[in-house]
Formats: sequence, structure tokens, C-alpha cells
Amino acid sequence: MEKILEVKNLKVSYHTYAGEVQSVRGVSFDLNERETLAIVGESGCGKSVTSKSIMRLIQTPPGEIKEGSEILFKGKDILKMDDKELRNLRGGQISMIFQDPMTSLNPTMKIGNQIAESIMIHRGLSAKDAFAEAVKMLETVNIPNADKRANQYPHQFSGGMRQRAMIAIALACDPNILIADEPTTALDVTIQAQIMDLMKDLQDKLGTAIMLITHDLGVVASVAHRIQVMYSGLIIERGKTDEIFSNPQHPYTWALLQSVPRLDTGNKDVLYSLNGTPPDLLKPPVGCPFAARCKYAMEICKESMPEETKLSETHSVSCWLQHPMAPKVESPLNAGGAK
Amino acid sequence: MAEISKDKFKIIGCENNNSDEIVRKNITYWEDAWRRLKQNKIAMFSLGLLIIIALMSIFAPFMRSFGVNGVDPTTTNISPNSLHWFGTDDLGRDVWVRTWAGTRTSIIIGIVGALIEVVVGALYGGISGYVGGVVDDILMRIVEILNSVPYLILVLMIIMLMNSNGILPLIIGMTLTGWTGLARMVRGQVLSIKEQEYVLASQALGANSSRIILKHLLPNVIGIIIVDVTLAVPSYIFAEAFLSYIGLGIKTPNISLGALCSNATPNMMFYPYQLFWPSLIISLIMLTFNLLGDGLADALDPKQRQ
Amino acid sequence: MSENNANEVLIEVKNLKKYFHVGPGATLKAVDDVSFNIKKGETLGLVGESGCGKTTCGRTVLGLYSATEGEVNYKGVNIHALKGKAKKEFTKKAQIIFQDPYASLNPRMTVGDIIAEGIDIHGLYKGEERTKKIYEMLDHVGLNREHASRFPHEFSGGQRQRIGIARALAIEPEFIVCDEPISALDVSIQAQIVNLLIKLQREMGLTYLFIAHDLSMVKHISDRVGVMYLGTMVEFATSDALYAKPLHPYTQALLSAIPIPDPEIEKTRERIKLEGEVPSPINPKPGCRFAARCKYAKPECLEKRPEFKEIEKGHFVSCHLF
Repeated sequence: MEKILEVKNLKVSYHTYAGEVQSVRGVSFDLNERETLAIVGESGCGKSVTSKSIMRLIQTPPGEIKEGSEILFKGKDILKMDDKELRNLRGGQISMIFQDPMTSLNPTMKIGNQIAESIMIHRGLSAKDAFAEAVKMLETVNIPNADKRANQYPHQFSGGMRQRAMIAIALACDPNILIADEPTTALDVTIQAQIMDLMKDLQDKLGTAIMLITHDLGVVASVAHRIQVMYSGLIIERGKTDEIFSNPQHPYTWALLQSVPRLDTGNKDVLYSLNGTPPDLLKPPVGCPFAARCKYAMEICKESMPEETKLSETHSVSCWLQHPMAPKVESPLNAGGAK
Repeated sequence: MAEISKDKFKIIGCENNNSDEIVRKNITYWEDAWRRLKQNKIAMFSLGLLIIIALMSIFAPFMRSFGVNGVDPTTTNISPNSLHWFGTDDLGRDVWVRTWAGTRTSIIIGIVGALIEVVVGALYGGISGYVGGVVDDILMRIVEILNSVPYLILVLMIIMLMNSNGILPLIIGMTLTGWTGLARMVRGQVLSIKEQEYVLASQALGANSSRIILKHLLPNVIGIIIVDVTLAVPSYIFAEAFLSYIGLGIKTPNISLGALCSNATPNMMFYPYQLFWPSLIISLIMLTFNLLGDGLADALDPKQRQ
Repeated sequence: MSENNANEVLIEVKNLKKYFHVGPGATLKAVDDVSFNIKKGETLGLVGESGCGKTTCGRTVLGLYSATEGEVNYKGVNIHALKGKAKKEFTKKAQIIFQDPYASLNPRMTVGDIIAEGIDIHGLYKGEERTKKIYEMLDHVGLNREHASRFPHEFSGGQRQRIGIARALAIEPEFIVCDEPISALDVSIQAQIVNLLIKLQREMGLTYLFIAHDLSMVKHISDRVGVMYLGTMVEFATSDALYAKPLHPYTQALLSAIPIPDPEIEKTRERIKLEGEVPSPINPKPGCRFAARCKYAKPECLEKRPEFKEIEKGHFVSCHLF
């Protein structure tokens, strides 16, 4: 599988009245063709900012993508592209869908035209041809009566259908990468299942690489090939889906996996939960950002950042517990509870 | 990697340390608004200029010994010199003193008019928006009827009916229909806030209507009210100036900037300074209020909070 | 299953209907003949997807909306018939926690004032005592005392939700409607809030109506669960029974759609796919509401609305299959 996107040492900050908030503090990862990479983390961990940076959607000011960051798409640095190349890139080669389909669609434009717009810009078709293509896209995303629906407005669509329309717009020009920022968080469970199946289907058919951003581990288990866990602007664990679920190594990953009540946990048992909230990135802590909430924190954790330890070709974790001098800690997930 | 001592690897966990602590300073809505306003150089400059003008209108007349209506036939139409800083008019009255006294009157009219407009408009719009339904329909229809009455005719009628020289009929005439704009804005704002869940929560806790209006609706509406006041003042000053200019407004012995301009116009070609000073002051007041109003609108806009 | 000390019925909902007129000839039947009861000390879960009417049901049970038809009886007294002082008294007993932590707190009030609003309205405590009560509430929900002088925008979603809980608790209610209290929160924070709610229920003997669309959480926190679809209750049973043996086709599809954080299971399991979308609750067609999407639908289903029958002890279903 070829590498299609390489993010190297991405650092993004926001300059606010209170000072500089370091949202992303040195993130590096790759995305391969035809694979689904999931970025998992709580609100504020930097996952959305990372994805927006890839499309250069960060408003500068107050945002700032720091010197030394590189985002290579097929070898070219996105951060150094000029306006013309960027316009070509967005929608044509990398597309994005967002969480709230109601506000991402233009309420005064017919759905068909919104899809056609993208087609006309990137594939240069005439308005009539583009509209015909748009109807075909709607069929591809399983919207019944596509030709009738293409002439309707967003408010006439339900939540699930609007999200499908968004996917249709995003995939209309057959991009290499689809970035999905919490695409199903606002949807009902049954619709969520439909949308996730659709995305998997489309990946098989069109070969799009998908970068899925979410905080829901259940959704991730069914569609992702690889998972990256982010906390406080950094990637703290990454690996193949099987590896993360069967052998997680970072205490934060343990916490995430434990917080989901499974259908077989005892009624009204105390759910595992973390105390407190992530640190304020105005003054990011010097050591490991998770130390303040970690049951296994050690003195060294507060003093300096752990390095990344490779557990296998694909699985690595940034945690002091991996250090040879650290005590051996059993994952709480193996003792009863999940798996 | 450098040698790290073994005891750094003992597990100490995370006793309930201040993981819920808030690092940033406590900052209220007003503090945030003030900070944003301070960044707006133009608005701050306007604010400063306004304060200077206001202070001058209070103290400036006392800087010279001439009375406001001190007629002196020997010193008519003198250009500005070291004795008469702004010159004198055709009845020998000192223009400096008259200009600043006139400013005082104009500003008072502007502020009183704006205050009346705000109180009436905000209450009316607030009640209409909050109660809704039929009451809202009726109240808004009244507003529309009032709006369609030609303002100038209304003022004329009131001034003729009341037949007095003072500023009271002027203020009544001007404010009778002026408050409708604010009423509509406040009603709109109230309609949207009413649907917010914190209002519903308050109702669930047993709050009655007056509590909801005072504690929940008003504080969230006050931003647009302040902006409206700031922009209403110059419009009343100008309205008064206009009315006085056409002879309907302030009459002697009272003066206002508009009346001064009116008196000075016949002499415009020969003694331009008599028209120049009052017009300059009016223009400055209106400009600064408008710039300040714009700056306040941005600063108080909750959506722009950082 | 947790023990209920008193099997006393606290809230009884009888044939409740709530309709909204949304235009000429168009009636939105948000809640269309729903009956259930809530026992003292228990947590009743109400699940369903958007548009099923569970939020409207919750708010009508609390008295925030008036009932179009039917009754809601609190300890035998019809709450919609209460007026004036009696109505105000009732608000002390029954409270609500909202879904959106960002919209449910007045941005201009300090946290302390928000929490004490109920106290102020009913004049329960003043001065020193009032401050003490505020601190007590903050302690209960796990926040610091110095947070009382801060403003909502300085807090995260989870913390704001805790403030909302403190506000509801301050007047010492017996019954709390939790209207999707965790839907807007991250998964790890959801666990915090759910643990808190369970702890408070134990300590203060509260009764909850827990409304949500996340089935795993609902199962975890509820004693009994009702499943709603388009304004009707399609199934009602104890938490364990519902998940072990779902009878209604909709319940089965719903359970099948829950994502399970386990890739092995996810890859191999058979999902029941529900085609199509939820139809509109405006002027609904006669017959069973679920018929259009049900794979077991018979002609009878399109004509007659099924009765809400008890199939096994404590397990009710509204379906022509039974």
C-alpha cells in the first residue's frame, strides 16, 4: 500500500487574548491508499485541528501552523502550496465532511446543484452534465428517487439523508482522501450504522482513503484499519485496530475502552471513569499530559515527555511504563470487564 | 538517554489533585467587552473626544465672562480674536459662549430623547416578545401604524398644540414614534432567547414571568440596547437641529446648535465663522457617537467572544 | 437488578397524548397514547431515536408542556390540573436536567447564582445558609468551591452538565427527568456523569426518568426501559429482559445497530438492517407506526394500531405478532 499523505511534526497554535494555546504539539503520521485511519480522542485533544490543517482550513490569525510542520500529499507539501494548487486540492483530491450536516449544506441551493458545483469546478463539465453526474452520485449513496431528490432543498432531507448528501458532495470528484470529522455523532444509532456501512462500501468501490475522526470507539471497531489515540495535542498510542483493542498499552487507551458500558456489565455498577479534565493547553504540562489523571503516574511522568516505544511494526505507544526501569502493570481490561 | 534514577519510576498515581482547576483568569462579559473595545483605536478616540466635548459644554461658557444672551450693539459681527475666541454674532453676542451653551442643550435633548426611546421601546418590545401570541400581534400592528405616520407632521402638530417655547414639546414630538425601531429589535432578541434551555430550566424551577424577564431576558438583551442608545443620541441631536433650523424647534432665549446654525445662515457669505463653529461641533458629536456605537456593537456582540 | 425499597408508584402516566398544531390541518402527534408508571427510587429509561417523542414525553410528564389528552399523576394528583401555589410546590419535587450543556446555563449568571436559582425562587435559604448550600451542591457533583464565582463559558461540557445537575438538586427534589444528559458529551465524560447520577440516586433516594438514545448507557442505568417509536411505546420491560429477549422488531433492530467496541465481534456479527428513514410525525398514517419499515408487516399492521399488551410478567409489547 502506498503512502498518500505524510504529516510530519505538525504544530498548530491559536493566539487568544489569554495567550498562546498549543492545540497540536508535534503530530506525525502517515495515511496509505485504500485504508481507513481513525483518530480517536476527547474534545479539545487536537484531532479536529489536525484534520483542518491538512486542508489548510485553519484561520490564520488567530491560528498559526508553526514552522517546521510538513504535510506531504503525494510528495508535495500542502503548507507551501499557492492558492491555485490549494483550490485544486480541496474537493478534487482531498474532501471533508463535517459533523453537523444541517449547517454544512447551503439551505438556499438545491442538493443537486451543490453536488454539481464541485463537479463543475474540478472536472470541468457543463452544468447539465454535472447535474446528471450529481444524480448518479445520489444513487451511489443510496438515496432513493435520486432524480427527484436532486431537485430538493436541504430542509426537505432528514439528518441521515443530509449526511449522505454531504458524502455525495465530498466524493463527487473521486478524491484520494476523505476526511470525516465526527460524521455520525449527531445521528441516531440506526442511521449511524447505515452511514458507516456506506462509507465502507464506497471505500471498496472507489478506493478512497478515509481519515475518520471520532470519540466513539464502537464506530471505530467496525470500519478502521488503524487507530491513533490523541490526547492534549499529541498522539499517545497508535496501531492496527486489532492491536489497539486486544493489547492496548497506554493508560488513557485503557480508560477509553473501559468507559464504554458493554451490554454485559452489571446493572448500575460503577463505570470506570477518569477524574478531572484534560489540561489547559495555554500552559501545557512539561511532562506527559496525562500524568495528572493517570492512576499509574510516576515521578518521571511529571518531569519529562515519554519517548515513543515501538511494540511492533505498526504498534507504538508513548508512555513511561514502557521503560525497562518501570514496574510491570497489567492492563485492567484483561482482568474481567471488557475482553 | 541519560541515566534516570530508579526511584523516579515508582508509581504515585494521581491523588485528587487540581485536575478540575481553572487556569485562566475570571473574566466577566463586561470585562471582555471593555477589552475588545480598548483594542478598537477609532472607538476609543471617539470616546475620548466625546468626553472632551461634554466637559467643554459644561465648563467652557465659564471661561469667558460674556453672558449667553449678552447683547452688545457695539461689538457686532467681529471675527474671532483674542477677546472673542469664536467671534460675535449680529447682536454682539459671544459665539464661544453661545456655541457651548447650545451644545449643552443639544446633548441633553439627545440623551433624554434616547433614554425615553430605550425605556419605552425595550419594555414594549420585551413584553411583546415574551408574551407572544395575540398580544404580540396587536402590539406589533400598533408599531407598524405608528411607523407609517409622517414624523414631521406629527412633530408640527404637537408643537402647535402645546404652543410653548420650551424643549418639552420637541422631545415629545420626537420620541413619539422614535422608539419603534428598538421595540422591534428587542422583540426579536427576546423571541430567540425565550427558546433557550436556560429559560426553560428557570420555568421548571418555578420562576414567574417577571423573574424570567428581569434575570434572564434583560441581561442578555442589554447589549443591543446600549448600542441603540449610543446611536440614538446623535439622531435626536440631529433631529432637533433640523427642526430648530426650520424654525420649529428651540426658540429664543433658549439656544441649541441647530438654532445657532439657523441664525447664522443669512450671514453665511459675510461672516462664515458664525456658521462654522456650531456646525463643526454638531458634526463632531454625531461622528463620534456613531463611531463609538459601531465599536460598542462589535465589542458587545456575544458571538465574537474569544 | 437493584432492589426497590418501596414499590410505591410515584408517577403514573395514563394514555398521554401531546399534539402540536403546526399548520392548517397539520397536527404533529409527538406523543400519541402512551401509558407507563414510575416507581419510587427506580430509574425508568426511555429510549428511541430522534422524533420518537421521548423528549416531549419527558417535558409533559414534568408539566413543562400541557397535555393534549390523558393524565400524569404524581402520587395520585393530576399535575396538569394544579394551579398557582400548588403548581409551584410541585416544581420543588420534580426537576429536569437538559441535554445541551451549552444552552442550558445562562451565560450572564455566575455558577453560584445558577445553582441557587431554585433556592431563590422558593425563598428556601438566604445569606450564609444559601452560600453553604451552594458549596454543598458543588461538593456533591465534584466541583471546587471557588467555581461558584465563575461563569459558564469557562467550563467544559462535562463540568457544565454537572452544574446543571447541581442546579436541579439544590431544591431537594424527589424526581428528576434526565433529558439526554450525556448525548452531547465525550464518551469518557459520559461515564463520569452516569456514575455521578447513580451515586446521587443512592445517597438521596431519587427517582429518575432517563431519556436517551444511547442504548448501552440506558441499559446500564435503568431498572425498567420503555422503547418509543414515532410517539408510541412499542415495548416496555425490565432492563435485563429487554436486552436479553427483545420482542418488538424495532427493538431488535435498535439493539443490533449498537456499535460494539470489539473488532472481532463487529466483523462477524449479523446486523439487522433497517431500510429507509423515520417517517414524519405530522398526520401519521393509521395502523402500526412501524409497519412501513418492518419486515414482518402484515396487512393488518397497516390498518389497525396494535394494543399495548402484557406478554410476560412486566414485559409489554405493542405489535400484531403477539
